[in-house]
Amino acid sequence: MRGALKRSLHAFLQLLPVLVGMLLLSSLVLSWLPRVGIEALFGRHEVLDVVLGAVLGSIAMGHPSAGYILGGELLASGVGFVAVSALIVAWVTVGIVQLPAEMLLLGRRFALWRNLLAFLSAIAIAYLTVGVLYLSG
Amino acid sequence: MRRKRSFGGWLFLASVMLVHVATALAEPGLARQALSTFVGMLRNVAPVLVLVIVLMFLAELFLTPQQTRSWLGRGSGLSGWLTALGAGILSTGPVYTWYALLAELRANGMRVALVAVVLYARAIKLPLLPLLAHYFGAAYALVLSGFIAVFAILNGLAVEILTHRSERE
Repeated sequence: MRGALKRSLHAFLQLLPVLVGMLLLSSLVLSWLPRVGIEALFGRHEVLDVVLGAVLGSIAMGHPSAGYILGGELLASGVGFVAVSALIVAWVTVGIVQLPAEMLLLGRRFALWRNLLAFLSAIAIAYLTVGVLYLSG
Repeated sequence: MRRKRSFGGWLFLASVMLVHVATALAEPGLARQALSTFVGMLRNVAPVLVLVIVLMFLAELFLTPQQTRSWLGRGSGLSGWLTALGAGILSTGPVYTWYALLAELRANGMRVALVAVVLYARAIKLPLLPLLAHYFGAAYALVLSGFIAVFAILNGLAVEILTHRSERE
């Protein structure tokens, strides 16, 4: 039992600087994001909007509910449903800000491939979800 | 299990602190706001962190590499996929608090695909489904969650194949 405790504490100490670094980086990104006029970025091209939604979702972070609320506001201001969906899905599946921590703890290749695939999947899920809803009336 | 000492985490922390110092010099207001956000986030993360540490300790205490391999390894089959999917859906708190536990399980034999499934399935937030339905409709919330579950499995398989392929090259 003492060995297990020692190993867990050692693993936690390895996690500690990554965690504090992550929190510091996240707090900086979260404080910076509201200064950017997000709605103004959309509305140039339908496909570009979808990619932009996924990019913003990948960079943004915080509680998923914040993503839903932002998505709702963007939808109300005229941004397309697919772009908003891409933002919502990328928000919770892709983590550009968390990438350094993920690479450190789970491996560089794993983290890079996982985030790249999650980014592409966010776009695919956005099109599929809106497509299914459109077809089902 | 013997772990090698790594200073990557400390280098990462030092780099982020440098960015904060640079921000404080360029835009003191933004840095102050970021620092107060940091304190708030630290308070929110603390309970999840305690949960993660307890789970890591229990995993060290009760989970042998053989057990991990049998439940979450290559031979775990459908139950392994469902366990990973369920664990991802039920896990709470910021994703980065779970990296260490997943690294621990992976070192004990957890399948790479299932680690990716846990991380992807976290996108399905059961307590937040009513909020999602409120903003976009119940049908949207259900269809989106269904696709996320399917893509969690597909991503898991793809990440495993690509990670192993690039490790061989």
